[in-house]
Amino acid sequence: MNLDLTDEQHAFAAEARAWLAEHVPPAPLPSMDTAEGFIAHRKWEATLAEGRWSAVAWPEEFGGRSAGLVEWVLFEEEYYRSGAPTRVAQNGISLLAPILFEHGTDEQRARYLKPMTDGSLIWAQAWSEPGAGSDLAAIRSTARRDDERGGWLLSGQKTWSSRAVWADRGFGLFRSDPAADRHRGLTYFLFPMDAPGLTVRPIAQLDGSTGFAELFFEDVFVPDADVLGAPGDGWRVAMSTAGNERGLSLRAPGRFCAAADRLIDLWNDQQHEDPFARDAVVDAWIKAEAYRLYTWGTVSTLQNGGDIGAEGSVNKVFWSELDIALHETALTLLGPAAELRGTPGVADGRWVDDYLFSIAGPIYAGTNEIQRNIIAERLLGLPRGGDGRRVS
Amino acid sequence: MKFVLTEEQQALAEAVDEIIESAGGTKAARTWAAGDPASGQALWAQLADLGLLGLCVPEADGGMGGTAVDLVVAFERLGYHAVPGPYIESGALLPDLVGADVRRGIVDGSIIATAAVPGLVPYALDAAASSHHFLVDAESISSATSGPGIASIDRTRTLHELTAAGESAALDPAVVALALDRATLACSAVLLGAGERLLAEAVSYAKIREQFGRAIGEYQGLKHQLADVRIALTFARPLVTGAALNLGDPDSARSISAAKIAAGEAANLAARVALQVHGAIGYTEEHDLGLWITRVRALMGVWGTPRHHYDRIASLLLSPGTSPAPSPVVSPTR
Ligand SMILES: Cc1cc2nc3c(=O)[nH]c(=O)nc-3n(C[C@H](O)[C@H](O)[C@H](O)COP(=O)(O)OP(=O)(O)OC[C@H]3O[C@@H](n4cnc5c(N)ncnc54)[C@H](O)[C@@H]3O)c2cc1C
Repeated sequence: MNLDLTDEQHAFAAEARAWLAEHVPPAPLPSMDTAEGFIAHRKWEATLAEGRWSAVAWPEEFGGRSAGLVEWVLFEEEYYRSGAPTRVAQNGISLLAPILFEHGTDEQRARYLKPMTDGSLIWAQAWSEPGAGSDLAAIRSTARRDDERGGWLLSGQKTWSSRAVWADRGFGLFRSDPAADRHRGLTYFLFPMDAPGLTVRPIAQLDGSTGFAELFFEDVFVPDADVLGAPGDGWRVAMSTAGNERGLSLRAPGRFCAAADRLIDLWNDQQHEDPFARDAVVDAWIKAEAYRLYTWGTVSTLQNGGDIGAEGSVNKVFWSELDIALHETALTLLGPAAELRGTPGVADGRWVDDYLFSIAGPIYAGTNEIQRNIIAERLLGLPRGGDGRRVS
Repeated sequence: MKFVLTEEQQALAEAVDEIIESAGGTKAARTWAAGDPASGQALWAQLADLGLLGLCVPEADGGMGGTAVDLVVAFERLGYHAVPGPYIESGALLPDLVGADVRRGIVDGSIIATAAVPGLVPYALDAAASSHHFLVDAESISSATSGPGIASIDRTRTLHELTAAGESAALDPAVVALALDRATLACSAVLLGAGERLLAEAVSYAKIREQFGRAIGEYQGLKHQLADVRIALTFARPLVTGAALNLGDPDSARSISAAKIAAGEAANLAARVALQVHGAIGYTEEHDLGLWITRVRALMGVWGTPRHHYDRIASLLLSPGTSPAPSPVVSPTR
């Protein structure tokens, strides 16, 4: 057992570090949940693509570097340590792309993957409905067959769709066979956000920004070419997205290590003495370190041909709680200044915005209650109690 | 890079399990607690034959020449089975500090040695069942005589005050520091093993115990508590193995302290939840659960309290002007 990197891996990390040092915008971009921030983040994606850093683990033909898993984790560490912007392309790159690689057609891969890497095609995910939250299989939005045009007509309502206000395309599940049981008869569709019959209504989030939206579908036509996987097989296809979202791809350890480092800097800058706050800083560092080491273990498991499976749920609960602990500690250190938003003097105003985002972590990507059900039933083998579970 | 156990390490764990299980599992702990050390000492001899008391001792000195990772792999199993006796003292602390003869005896199992380290481990464990007693401080070691036994919260542990007897031998403080860290690491591994066993016991009980016509494991109130134990142990484990990998490196101290804190917290959570899942049966002397519950509590306080380890990390990480040292596998800037 070891944690040693090869010379090539060190060189890879150094190359990423050097590139990032040169290209990361000196001042933070405006929030990607605002109109101007979205555009600025889209531009940043294009810059990343020019350096071929937007999806390092993808094959070169799709804009990647064919890099291995270790390199990917190294890149993410460098990325977050450099203070680079959040990734507005993440729904596409982290959540949809793995499904396209696994279930998509060659034609779909050719059409959609490359434009994800340079920010020209930003995706929104459309799972949730007003009546289908944790119980995702309760989806009621429908897909009706349109044989004449060779496709489907989508109707119904989706909600809480992150960045749908500005996204170019969406992906989600619709009930294509009303007679089939809950988990069957669902189909996975890709659709343009400006399709005729599709209305997007922004919803303001806790922090006032329009981070998500609800979508109203009235006979929105989607051609067969935009069905992902087989019709009726959408649940199984979606399950693999959920695994990605909870598992490695959404929350690389770099985020938390970088936040823990910033927290330590904050402590040092402020010359604090409160022993309770000090222990909280130490705790945040320990947990970020645990997450980093755990990730290397996962990388080794994957390289040995293993998979993440229900361990992704262990991961999800841990990172979401760690994220909150990190940010709550920062706010504790900031004291009365912690309520000031966007004040450059206060760590670029980041802690407050990031705190507000962190408290959503136990809700999205499958609530932590649902993750605990999965851990108890699938990892510990406890009997199912009809409590349900949600995949996304 | 490979941050998973090797086949040899898995085989080592299985070999330790086999020896303990064929010796009757928790039987040694129970008779030891009742004041009869014979079966515990017999198990000691068997585990010494396997090499457990000389895992990190060079082969030239009769040891296994293994790594600290081997040590945590084996000691986790000791915790899992609640094996009694001063294994941490003999197998992890003392080998580098004692003279060649004693060391050879420890490795081959003919000597059971215990120790006190004022400030960190104030009382020596199981002096009456040990043949050699040592007082260790930051720069010296001396033989010692032991006072009468003092009961521990853990009935398998009897504690003794030691008084130095005879000459003390000077030691290199760096060697002592490393030995103390290795013992702390071994203690973290025992805690992790105890935590895993508590979880395993609770899970199997939750599947068979029925109330209101259903297995209690169907109830979310228990399910979620057990899931939280799984999460805590899952994330304590890489800290323990990570600390074993860089034992002796410049970052070692903070990694060891992080491992001890996390393993202690996870094991303590496991103890609380396992008891809750069992209800009253778990609170009886007759049930084995108490072996791990009290072991965890005892080990949280020795080899550095959480307070000690928080302070140690803070002093390494937070002193103004010092930035965190580089992480082992990443880049030199962090
Ligand atoms: C910031 C943010 C971004 C999001 N982005 C998207 C997106 O891009 N696309 C998308 O489709 N969705 C998105 N969501 C929605 C998210 O997936 C859902 O909020 C989530 O699945 C929970 O559903 P719900 O909000 O309807 O809560 P509910 O399902 O109504 O749950 C309410 C509470 O009840 C608990 N609960 C429910 N069932 C059980 C059970 N069986 N056992 C125990 N407790 C239970 C839940 O854990 C929760 O605490 C986003 C949410 C947030 C907060």
